[in-house]
Amino acid sequence: MDFRDDPSTKAFRDEVRAVIAAHLTPEVHDRVTRTGTHHDWALHRALAARGWVAAALPEELGGQGRSADELAALFRELELSGSPYDGMANTMMIAFILGHVGTPWQKEHVLAPLLAGEAIPCLGYSEPESGSDVAAAATSAVRDGDGWVITGQKMFTSLAEEATWAFLLTRTNADVPKHRGLTFFLVRLDDPNIEIQPVRTLSGKRTNITFYDGVRVGDEWRVGEVDGGWQVMLVALAFERGVAGGVSDITALYDAAVEELAASTDPSVRARLARVAIDKEVADLLGMRAAWAATSGIPQQEGAEAKLFGTEAYGRAAAALLDALGPEGLRIGGVLKHAYRYAPILTTAGGTSEIQKNLIAERTLGLPRAPR
Amino acid sequence: MNLDLTDDQAAVADLFSTFFARESPSQVVRAAEATGFAPKLWTRLGETGALTMAMAGGGAGLFELVLCAEAGGRHLAPVPFVEHVVATRALEGAGVVLDDEIVTLALRGDGRLVPAGAIASAVVARVGDELVVARGAVPDAPVPNTAALPLADRSLADAEVVGDGARHDHALDEWRLLTAAALVGLCDAALDLGVAYVRERHQFGVPIGSFQAIQHGLAELPGPLSGARLLVRRAAWRFDDGDRSRFAIDASMAFLFATDLARTLTGRVLHHHGGYGVMEEHDIQLHYRRARGWPAQLGDPAVELSRLATLLEAAR
Repeated sequence: MDFRDDPSTKAFRDEVRAVIAAHLTPEVHDRVTRTGTHHDWALHRALAARGWVAAALPEELGGQGRSADELAALFRELELSGSPYDGMANTMMIAFILGHVGTPWQKEHVLAPLLAGEAIPCLGYSEPESGSDVAAAATSAVRDGDGWVITGQKMFTSLAEEATWAFLLTRTNADVPKHRGLTFFLVRLDDPNIEIQPVRTLSGKRTNITFYDGVRVGDEWRVGEVDGGWQVMLVALAFERGVAGGVSDITALYDAAVEELAASTDPSVRARLARVAIDKEVADLLGMRAAWAATSGIPQQEGAEAKLFGTEAYGRAAAALLDALGPEGLRIGGVLKHAYRYAPILTTAGGTSEIQKNLIAERTLGLPRAPR
Repeated sequence: MNLDLTDDQAAVADLFSTFFARESPSQVVRAAEATGFAPKLWTRLGETGALTMAMAGGGAGLFELVLCAEAGGRHLAPVPFVEHVVATRALEGAGVVLDDEIVTLALRGDGRLVPAGAIASAVVARVGDELVVARGAVPDAPVPNTAALPLADRSLADAEVVGDGARHDHALDEWRLLTAAALVGLCDAALDLGVAYVRERHQFGVPIGSFQAIQHGLAELPGPLSGARLLVRRAAWRFDDGDRSRFAIDASMAFLFATDLARTLTGRVLHHHGGYGVMEEHDIQLHYRRARGWPAQLGDPAVELSRLATLLEAAR
């Protein structure tokens, strides 16, 4: 075994740090806090200028083909620095998908501006009646001559206010089992038949509900086969597996806690800090393991195990550290106080803890599929 | 980065997995419940070279000891492997070689409930600032205890001073790490028992392992189990690699995390056995008792956590 960064990963990590440091100013933080929009164009373009939007895409598909530990390093540095990188994450995901299954037309008209850092997409999976059960999407796409008419509503379409396109999961066939009647489309968000309704969340992050009222798109905007949306979803999962989201947040929280609480001589506060220190090491190691699994073969549930542990540990830490602040913890401002409001997003976004446990039960433990 | 075992490491892991699976089945563990010791297993373990492999010229390091401790823990091997190797390594550092068949480490300076105290002829301890070897009388039988360990009170009076007490501090850290490794093995085995049981046990006409309530209880465990194993292995790897500045912190973290996990995991798996879990004939109670017993030899985990806090503060 060898727990060191490879020299190439180390060099890449240093480069990422330098780009972030050059662009992440206090003004950026202030604006993100004020607007709740976790995206900064200057930072995004600086990252895109290095080709990192296509960091995950194989070289033969025009990407950088970076290793899973380099990708993990990229997201870790973005998380640790508190960078507003939701736009980058969306863009990398859609670039990865289009690189694999996009048409030449889509590569020219969508992938190229994504890679150039000129535009970002938002993701339209969840709906009012389908969250974890994502394949139950009901937003309909109906054939109309050469094109399609899309009608429905999407929840949590974060960054729709900045994005050029929504990547929409739609229902194209209601007469087959739900996974087999789904199709993906890209739609331009400046369409007059789309309404974006802002939603503020507990942590201050802005998200949106988006309404699609008979949006007409040509067939060139369809991504993947008709009724082949689930296969496209599996491409997206391949991208996500090696990069377990939310595993570095606990490290950022611990660093802030040390700054704020290290002077405490209260035995129970010291014990809480030590407990978080252990959990942060474990979360780190599980994140490394997910990246390693993606590098050395087909990752199974390592990403799910890392996400489940890291985000649940973050929630425990956030609550324990808020307690340690006593009544001062009620004031608004500061990482520790914010963590309590941020924790519930981590255990929900990107697959709830329960979904992770279903995956682990079935794939790691080999238990029979539970009725659902 | 490479999180796979090297070929050599995998060969060592394989060797000890095979050895303990063959030599320390449940019958051997149960037969040793009264004494906490399986003499034949100890002799055979000695023949594998496990006890001297990490001594000068043995060619192995802490990493290989960790692999052996995990394999032993998996099969609840009733042998004082951890105590013997850390005690003899401490003595070797002080330039002392004993030919006792079993040497152990007293974890505290009072000589009470010494691990392997009922079977070791030599007890390595710290008295004041000195590393000492005590050779008081070995009791006929261990103090009866929950974990079926060969514990005994031993006199540390008239002990021979052999070196600096700081060597004992380091030996304690190695004990923490190897105990954590053994707990990882114990947890691995207990989780396997749990998964096998809930697949086979039917209620309401279906395997209970198909119920989400059961699945989610078990699904929380593989991640932390892998995390505990990685904490242990990274600590040993760093030490062997020459980076020893963090060893006390690494060992303490591994010990505390594995201790917590072992309690949670064995408790949960036992619970999923329903009433059968509390019947002595089911093996899970063997794991449940040792999960607490092995780490409890050191003391209250809350005290250990406070000690870790101090170590972390000193490192800042």
